[in-house]
Amino acid sequence: MLYELTAKEIKALIEKKEVSAKEVVESYFQRIEEVENKVEAYLTLCREEAFKKAEEIDEKVKRGENLGELAGVPVAIKDNMCTEGIRTTCASRILEDFIPPYDATVVERLKRADAIIIGKTNMDEFAMGSSTENSAFKKTRNPWDLETVPGGSSGGSAASVSAGEACMALGSDTGGSIRQPASLCGIVGLKPTYGLVSRYGLVAFASSLDQIGPMTKDVSDCALMLNVIAGKDERDMTSVLFDKPDYTSFLGMSIKGVRIGIPKEFYKEGIEEGVKQRIMEALKTLEDLGAKIEEISLSYADYALATYYIIAPAEASSNLARYDGIRYGYLTENYTDLRELYMKTRSEGFGREVKRRIMLGTYVLSSGYYDAYYKKALKVRTLIKKDFDKAFGKVDLIVTPTSPTVAFKIGEKAEDPLKMYLADIFTVPVNIAGVPAISIPCGFSDGLPVGLQIIGKPLDEPNILKVSYAYEQASGYYRLKPNI
Amino acid sequence: MISKKDVEHIALLSRLSLTEEEKERYQKELSSILDYVNKLKEINTDDIIPTAHVIDLKNVFREDEVIPSMDRDKVLANAKEKQNGCFKVPRIIE
Repeated sequence: MLYELTAKEIKALIEKKEVSAKEVVESYFQRIEEVENKVEAYLTLCREEAFKKAEEIDEKVKRGENLGELAGVPVAIKDNMCTEGIRTTCASRILEDFIPPYDATVVERLKRADAIIIGKTNMDEFAMGSSTENSAFKKTRNPWDLETVPGGSSGGSAASVSAGEACMALGSDTGGSIRQPASLCGIVGLKPTYGLVSRYGLVAFASSLDQIGPMTKDVSDCALMLNVIAGKDERDMTSVLFDKPDYTSFLGMSIKGVRIGIPKEFYKEGIEEGVKQRIMEALKTLEDLGAKIEEISLSYADYALATYYIIAPAEASSNLARYDGIRYGYLTENYTDLRELYMKTRSEGFGREVKRRIMLGTYVLSSGYYDAYYKKALKVRTLIKKDFDKAFGKVDLIVTPTSPTVAFKIGEKAEDPLKMYLADIFTVPVNIAGVPAISIPCGFSDGLPVGLQIIGKPLDEPNILKVSYAYEQASGYYRLKPNI
Repeated sequence: MISKKDVEHIALLSRLSLTEEEKERYQKELSSILDYVNKLKEINTDDIIPTAHVIDLKNVFREDEVIPSMDRDKVLANAKEKQNGCFKVPRIIE
């Protein structure tokens, strides 16, 4: 079936004129018809636009024109990235009918590469959550076990790729929102170095932490997609100017002599036994491939989650102040003055977790608490970043589990915010430090996927991809698909 | 533990109106989260410089070129209340 192929395979078939882009899109929409009522990965499907784009690509093939790097590849976009003319909700009532007048830079670049956008995926409202249960519209289910969550906040993107409803997807990651759902759904997810990918057109959550990245079936596709989306953008002043390599060129290189650090603080407690075993086996495989494993210390890692839950809500409370019901988005019905308009619009438009974080952020920034909380967290951020700098003086990469557990039951953590926050304990330090990290499948525990997190130095995506590819080819776990 | 009055004050600053039930719930939840983040107090950060941003950005400049702005119709397309090509808001100045 065409929907089972990777982006690399699809592109090759289209170039050889063995299949048409239209056939690929048909295969995907047929698959969506079959499984979407079980998985519920999408908030909006773009059937018409997708077939139109497919026709354009097929015309190009007929005329013998050059094709883009992702020609004919069906891509799903997390619903917090602006798509011109296509509803972009952030899974929030407050943006329920928002139709962006422009494309996010990443969307523009995907279109230019001849990718086909087939839909917008479900997520935790404003990307705040780790299970996609905070969506105002629907609950997405994990294709490996429909009773469990797909992770979050990019749960719709992860589930769509895992279930074969999209060939690849874009996610965004503020504290683990690409890597944790990738881990729980058994796919590959990369959070690039902060600044590698433009955030223009990404609905802002915590601007100093947010980063867009690929969610794909395998490491090759991850490199392919990164080639398309990475690079300096004039419209995002925090995007970095650097010599962009061809990320696919590092795949297949030997990993002999690569130094891999295991932070002892991460392997202490709270990791499920099955997850721990898979990670140990993965380290053994990496060692067999020639990597050198050594213990390192990230002494402030224990404080990363607390730091995150001050910085992220603080930035969110400021970013989300823009939702006033006036220029776009939901507007309340009856009001007499401006303050009532704001209060009613925001109270009716935002969900429970979003309100919780806005208030937490407002509190830590408020007069009298700013120094004790916000400034303190920024200082600890310095220490966490120095920790990583020091570790990377000794090793090339750091390996940890992506998530301490496999996918949990829907509803299991929904009533206890702090318990839910702990799902991100291994992913959050990476955003705090701004370094890149990937999650790749490394086996199963109780029939559910386990993810291996590989963290690199700033801009060292090449090393991450090289080692990920070597492991992936040696282990073969990426070939296993959920039976749905 | 933060007080109910604290919650009411933060809600007002956040421009959110809460029901009595919500106030109670947020009082409990925010208190437990703040308890957790208070563990940062264990760390001595006296001489540490805060990091607001991981990239050491200086001023970022670009050429001041005139480019066309977005069409007015496009800008107003998502507004619920508009009049004469402007966003319409309740009266602010008496």
